[in-house]
Formats: sequence, C-alpha cells, structure tokens
Amino acid sequence: MQKENYKVLKGPESYLPPAAALHGVSLPEKGEGLIEGKCVSENTCIQYIALKLLEAKNPTFFPGPLLLWRTTEYALQRGKLVREIAKEVNARVIPMPDYRPKYPMINPAVEINPNHPNLTIWHNKIDVGIFIGVHCHQANLALKIIRGGTDCYTIALCAEEGHEEANASLRNADNKILQKLLETIKEIKKGGAK
Amino acid sequence: MSLDITKINPHFEDVMPQEYIDLVKNGPFGNEKSQKDLGTFKELLEEHPLCAGCNLALAFRILVGSLPNPEDTIIVGSTGCSSLAFSQLALHNIHSVFGNQNAVATGLKTALRLRFPDKIKDVIVMAGDGATADIGLDMTLHSWFRGDKITTVMFDNELYANTGGQESGMSVRDTVLYMAPKGKKFNKINLPDMAIAAGCSYVAVVSTARTKPISDCFKKAVLITREIGPTYIQIYTPCPTNLKIKPYESKKVATDRSKSDYQFREHITDDAKKYLESLKP
Repeated sequence: MQKENYKVLKGPESYLPPAAALHGVSLPEKGEGLIEGKCVSENTCIQYIALKLLEAKNPTFFPGPLLLWRTTEYALQRGKLVREIAKEVNARVIPMPDYRPKYPMINPAVEINPNHPNLTIWHNKIDVGIFIGVHCHQANLALKIIRGGTDCYTIALCAEEGHEEANASLRNADNKILQKLLETIKEIKKGGAK
Repeated sequence: MSLDITKINPHFEDVMPQEYIDLVKNGPFGNEKSQKDLGTFKELLEEHPLCAGCNLALAFRILVGSLPNPEDTIIVGSTGCSSLAFSQLALHNIHSVFGNQNAVATGLKTALRLRFPDKIKDVIVMAGDGATADIGLDMTLHSWFRGDKITTVMFDNELYANTGGQESGMSVRDTVLYMAPKGKKFNKINLPDMAIAAGCSYVAVVSTARTKPISDCFKKAVLITREIGPTYIQIYTPCPTNLKIKPYESKKVATDRSKSDYQFREHITDDAKKYLESLKP
C-alpha cells in the first residue's frame, strides 16, 4: 500500500537519499515487478527492463557473490544466461565478489566497490547498472548510494522479493524469468531497436 | 560442499579480479597452512590500515594463516584496532557491538549447529583486551561458564589503543598512558587463571616475541574447541603508537616482556590432552 506518490527515479537525489520504503514504496507481490516505485505486472517489468538495457549507452552487470561463487547446475545455467543477456545488449560485467571495502583503492574497471559504489559508477560513466546475485541488504545499501550520488539507472534482478531501492526490479527472478528477459530482448532487437 | 563456495562460477572466471583467482588457486582453502608457510601462499589478509610496527597486525596475520579449516570458519570481532583489519579479511566475519563478541559467537555457534549438524564449523572470537576483559568480561566469562565451544583470542596490548590510550583492566599497575597520566591504580586482570577456573579446556599465554607458539597454540585451541569445550588464547601485542615505541622496536618490547612478566604458559585439561593425542596419525 503506497502512502504517497514517491517515484524512485535515477539520481543524483541527495547525499543521503531517503529510503524508498519510508516514502511508502512497497515490494511487489508475486507475479509483479517494480518500476520507479510502482508495482506493475511481471511481463510489463520484463519488457521495460529489456528496453532499458537496449537503450543504454554503457549498461553494466554487477553479479554478486550469490552468483559468482556457486557451481551448482542451477548457478551455472544462471551464469550462462546472464552472460548471454550481457552479450545481447552489449553490456560489461563488473563483479562484486564480496563486500569488503576495498582499501586503499580499487580499479573500478575491474570490480565494483560495494561500500562506495557511486565512485565506481561515476568513474566508468555507467548509465544502467544491473544487480544480480547480491545479498539483499547489501544490494539495497549499494542501490541507495548509487541513487543518491549518480545518474546511473539501477535494475535489480532479485531471486527473492525485489528491491524497492532500485529504479526497476523484478522479484523471484529465477532462470525462467532470465530466459524470458533474454527472449524479450531478442524480440525487441528483431523489431529494430539498437 | 564447503569447498564449493570457494570455487568461481566458470561463466565469470574471465571477469574475476586476479586477487580472487589467486585466493582460489593459491590460497589456504582446503590446504592447511601454518605460520611457517607465510609468504608462500595467497593470504586471507594482505592489506590493513593498522600502524607500522603493530604487533596486533602480526598476530592477526599468523592466526588467520594458521586456521585449520578456513572455509568453515567464522570469526567474530569487536570494536578496537583489530576491527579495522577485519573488514579487509577474505573470510566470513562478524563485527559485534563492543564487548558482545562472545554472546554473538554463542548464538552463531548454536545456529550453525542446527543448520549444519553434520559439519564442523569453527567459531572464533578475536578481540582486544578492552572488549574481552573490560567491557565484555561478562559475555566472555558466561560463554566459558556455559561451556560453549568457542575459541576466544585476546589481543592484549594492555590499553585502549584505538581511542587514544586509556588504561584497561589488562594494563599493568602504575602504567602511565596518554589518557592515564597518573598511572594505573590497580593490578592487571589475571584472565588466564579466570579462564581456567571458568572451565576452559585449553588456555595459553603467548606473545609476538615468537610466532611459532602463537600458531601452534591457536591450532590446538581450535581443534580442542571442536570436541571438548571453550578455549582461550591471550597474545601480548604491544602497541607502538601508544607506548611511544619506534615501530622497529616493538618486537623487542614483546621479547623483553616474554622473558619477564609475560612468559609463555599453557594449561590443558586431561580430556583435551587425550583428544589431541587421538588426532595424531
């Protein structure tokens, strides 16, 4: 139940942006997705994310530990799908292997600094960032920092309940949904985009 | 299964930073190391913001380089200088509120036992003297009274280094510090004896004067903790910044004290001794 008409738009919003949840943005129900703080159907959200990725100048996937450090059959398939989507939209992949603050500095072209993601985003001029396989709390924290300090449009492909801090988020984004996203991207491309 | 979490998803091997590839290929996971191997493998802690000549940093490096089973180890830390290094550690670790480390470790150990009943998970507390013997003494002692299978390590620099040099319960009587200009008025807490009285199966007092005993005692403590009960290691780690020692002289201070009032000592119960014997091939 949204209390007010707050839109989770791309930043920079402020040094410390308010938590989207405090503005009444709630997580999507099953079969739904979230676009800029508003719950929409899953299909609409997939379509929207596909378009966003195709329109982006410098889209970048940020796979987290839940994806990078898994070698189960399911994770392997998931990894393959993410790389296929990245290839299809010509996106880079910058991993977030753990949540250590990188000290004294990191190479932002090689990895994202989970505690200062805005610095990494600025440096690479990433206009669309996609989080996948990042633990819930850390994802929300990093997404909020990015929204606060940069003009990067954030997308969270969440295997759990979605992320209200992202500009667009799918929930229960399992391999079937990733496959659907891949197919949607291909279809849109056939139609003439990018 | 435990080692599986230290394998990289092959679809991302090409984009993983070199540091992580090195950790997988040449790290301590699934390949037990000790202090003598330091420098020959990719260590879990390579960069830290601690001061030059910091003995805590030396002890920390030896400890994490001697873990019997790093892939199944979770370290609980607390406020203090050591907490600055924890965030750089390539190992599961929890930062607890000042003094709560043993209580957090108890909860963690219980949860892990329920979640992974067939697996050995080492829960190790590493904290300074302020967290262990002053602010967290209640939590420390009660975890020992309960017989919780936790290894407790204290980095004893005998003061509150991180906040500017206040005296701690572990400071030696009459010690003058930046924030204790009149000198400490009471004796150093005898935590090793308290640990023995509280039921620890293994207690060792070591110092950074010699690195091998730190590694050996720590390994023994972790192994004993798994089957027998709580263990306690106290490491003397003089602080060059607050004791006004030149960085290159800090090891000498540890050496001098290890020959006078901070000598190596070890207490082991019969059960623990038998258990260690049973592990020998």
